[in-house]
Amino acid sequence: MTRRAWMTLAVLVLLAIVPPAFYLSGNAFYLSLATRLVILAIAAVSLNLILGYGGMVSFGHAAFVGLGAYAVGIPAHHALYGGWDALATNSGWLQIPLAVGITALFALLTGLVCLRTKGVYFIMITMAFAQMIYYLIVSIEEYGGDDGLVIDSRTELWLFDLDKPLQLYALCFLSLLVALGLVRMIVNSRFGMVLQGAKGNPERMASLGFNTYAYRLTAYVISGAMCGYAGALLGNFTTFISPEMMDWHRSGELMFMVILGGAATTIGPVLGAVIFIVLEEILSSYTIYWQLPFGLLLIVTVLFVRGGLAGLLGGRK
Amino acid sequence: MKKMMSAALAAAMLGLPAHADVKIGFVTTLTTPAAVIGNDMKNAVDLAMEHLGGMAGSTKLEVIYGDDQFAPEAGKQATDKLVQQDNVDFVAGYIWSHVLLASRKSVLDADKILISANAGPSQMAGQLCDKNFFSTSWQNDQTPMAMGEVLNRQGVKSLYIMAPNYAAGKDMTAGVERTFKGEIKGKDLTKWGADAQLDFSAELAKAKASGAEGIFVFYPGAAGGAFIKQYDQAGLKDTLPLYSVFTVDALSLPKLQAAGFKAVLGSKTTQEWDPTLDNEANKKFVTDFKAKFGTYPSYYAAQSYDAIMLIASAVEKVGGDVSNKDAVRAALKEADFASVRGKFKFGTNNMPIEDFYLREVVEDADGTWTTKVVETVYTDHVDAYAAECKMN
Amino acid sequence: MDTTLLIIQVLNGLQLGLLLFLVASGLTLVFGILDFVNLAHGSLYMLGAFICASLTYALGNFLLAVLVALPLTGLIGWLTERVIARTLYVRDHLDQVLATFGLILVFDTMAHIIWGPQGIAVPLPDWLTGQVSLGGDLLVPTFRLLIIGAGLAAAGGLFWLVNYTRLGMLIRAGASNRTMVGALGIDIQLLFSLVFALGAMLAGLAGMLIAPITEASIGMGNSIIITAFVVIIVGGIGSIKGAFIAALLIGLIDTLGRAFLDDLFSLFMSSAAAENSAPALSAMLIYLIMALVLALKPQGLFPPKVR
Repeated sequence: MTRRAWMTLAVLVLLAIVPPAFYLSGNAFYLSLATRLVILAIAAVSLNLILGYGGMVSFGHAAFVGLGAYAVGIPAHHALYGGWDALATNSGWLQIPLAVGITALFALLTGLVCLRTKGVYFIMITMAFAQMIYYLIVSIEEYGGDDGLVIDSRTELWLFDLDKPLQLYALCFLSLLVALGLVRMIVNSRFGMVLQGAKGNPERMASLGFNTYAYRLTAYVISGAMCGYAGALLGNFTTFISPEMMDWHRSGELMFMVILGGAATTIGPVLGAVIFIVLEEILSSYTIYWQLPFGLLLIVTVLFVRGGLAGLLGGRK
Repeated sequence: MKKMMSAALAAAMLGLPAHADVKIGFVTTLTTPAAVIGNDMKNAVDLAMEHLGGMAGSTKLEVIYGDDQFAPEAGKQATDKLVQQDNVDFVAGYIWSHVLLASRKSVLDADKILISANAGPSQMAGQLCDKNFFSTSWQNDQTPMAMGEVLNRQGVKSLYIMAPNYAAGKDMTAGVERTFKGEIKGKDLTKWGADAQLDFSAELAKAKASGAEGIFVFYPGAAGGAFIKQYDQAGLKDTLPLYSVFTVDALSLPKLQAAGFKAVLGSKTTQEWDPTLDNEANKKFVTDFKAKFGTYPSYYAAQSYDAIMLIASAVEKVGGDVSNKDAVRAALKEADFASVRGKFKFGTNNMPIEDFYLREVVEDADGTWTTKVVETVYTDHVDAYAAECKMN
Repeated sequence: MDTTLLIIQVLNGLQLGLLLFLVASGLTLVFGILDFVNLAHGSLYMLGAFICASLTYALGNFLLAVLVALPLTGLIGWLTERVIARTLYVRDHLDQVLATFGLILVFDTMAHIIWGPQGIAVPLPDWLTGQVSLGGDLLVPTFRLLIIGAGLAAAGGLFWLVNYTRLGMLIRAGASNRTMVGALGIDIQLLFSLVFALGAMLAGLAGMLIAPITEASIGMGNSIIITAFVVIIVGGIGSIKGAFIAALLIGLIDTLGRAFLDDLFSLFMSSAAAENSAPALSAMLIYLIMALVLALKPQGLFPPKVR
């Protein structure tokens, strides 16, 4: 096994063991922290697929997180307060496919437009679509508008009882494993090769007869749907959803996780999420001015740590 | 500190039952411009702790602060941390209704006591009321209801309404519309939160064109100052008199005075408390607060001070044993503490039943801009949602 | 519809549009010439406001404070370019977005530490606090007219600078072909620093102009920067003309949307629902326009001729 493979294994094993151990020894808060972390790691992994491997810098990925969360919250809201009978349920059989489906659809529709643009225009148009969804949700009074939506009951699933913190964590962690496996499988497939080729040299891929637009769009939709699933988990974790989840700052944070950990590496986004969440927690418990060291760290990382932590710790490929 | 140690020592010598310290989590806004409110509340809590000598009877009190960053999600996270990590017994504070609504489940599910020192969303006074939830402020609708009553008494026939678009903004407009008998000429709800709308040019122009006889606004914190200035610059003082709630306060007045916005002098607001209320507790609170922090305390500060005093009274009553929740709840419900409001009692939904005053902005003896009571609008007012509360 | 109200709202939209232009023009220059995405451009808007507010109290005069604060803001821009931006020119846009995102956090927290969280109100001289009659019952706050005047003057000055001076010629040349300007033996580093400082001053000026209306407050740059980006994307990156037209367009749409959309909506929905959804939807309109423009013209309305 390579050094990087060992590192991947070590990070995952630690994530499997440490948070539950904290919980069982009476530190429930650290399990909550880890749950949030693992969910954001899934979102970062999904972003890595298009940003790291596909070269598509999405500055609007938080919209998928938010949409996924509302796909859980809105049915739960109707199940409790009535209205919209077809949607009103707590069943995971409806909520999860809804979260994945609606985000895939959103990715498809926006991707059709976004992928016509390149470079900084792509960054900004993905941000614009995220802002549109943000303001759309804000304008819907029924679902709390700016105030957000409190979910009083979590998704009902087969095997897992999400009201139990350990089981919720187990589901999130297993989902992360599946997401990592899925991305790895995609990247190593013929599809993945074309995607990565289109990042480096789109003209060449096009001249080889590949419709790079279709490949990129497919990757964008897969990424969006995966991120939407992470959003569904996040909604279940926080039991509170607000438009805040889709704020452009959140999209920036997801990007930061990917770059900090190492774009286009398997474990990079996970590592990035770990560092991000843990650091935010530690710094903010010391001072209300925590964003100062945090911002400086961001700048230093971008300036000096090329290839992210995975590159630093695991050696370059 | 010395006082605390000697009290602890005395307790040990007398052989009183030793209880662990009682921890109070206090969630407020410490970053973003809204931190001006949070800092005022924090000052009041620190002053309350100083007045108590850090003790409730023979039990040591400890306050841990959480920052909600003016956002529901961050507020909920801060609350989760206080409940799960710091294992506090009480969670108090909360400026913002939407933050309180988002955080309530975290506290109540853990069977801790939740005390709002400001936010009073209608839901939590009514359908979502809970035996573990208490308030030392008001239900959102009450203060604007009092203002609506004032408008009726002054013979105002029509009104334009402006408020931020969030839970409390909607409650405030609902409140004034409930009591105001004239015509509502128009209403604007503006963007709120960390990137709140602060330029009200479009809305003020609409308000002026509506031909209303007065404008009712609710803009807490920094937005209040911004609104007053633009109102002044637009020259609306004579054509469109200002009737506000939670907008002109001890936080905005020093800034307005520094910038010389005289238009605010004489403007009227309704409130359940005022620095001039004549009772022992209030005199001590206002004097010491001014001596320590150099400004008049705001109502946010007064309510926070009362929240800590309420908790201390209950902890003392149960002898520091906060594990018996029924006893703690009963002790809280008695509200046996010296409130800066002079009197204090809870209604069936654990919201205060209290008086509301009309206050006027004046210059005090030292030339500082502050408020004074003009008249009492409501006596022992019960909020409109109490009947909807089915306490379990 | 009441024409007086309409005229006032158009003026309000114009004021917002001109402020947006001041922020966006610096952004589009830096972007066009330096190929640098500066998310922290909004922080200069905030710093301009804070510095001007402090100086207003120190000097006792708002206009004097503006005159002193302008070069100070330019200096901060200059320093930012020297210390941080310069090392990022060779990087891709992603790195630039992230590093300047970090810079926003740093600037915001610094402002919190220096000036406290509460923000600063800025007093105006008496002759600026009243209203001016523009005929009939058309009363407009004097200071808002001043903003419009100052904005137009700054825009005019910028047009003159870019189109009729040697510096402007270099800027235009730099925007269309960077290497060529360098090959001509021009000190390209100096040019870059100057452009950055100029952008900072323009953004700072916008902050100084809005501070007496709202106030200098932490994070005020974060709400305007995203809109400013929309402006330059719609206008075409690097195009001052594009930024000007797009800024006015977006300023008007936002203001008129806030002013009249709820009346329009209440024609086909309950007035309560209209009041709630109208402000959010008028905010959404801006992004909708941007997506539409990009879908039809992926390089914006006035794309630079050579890239």
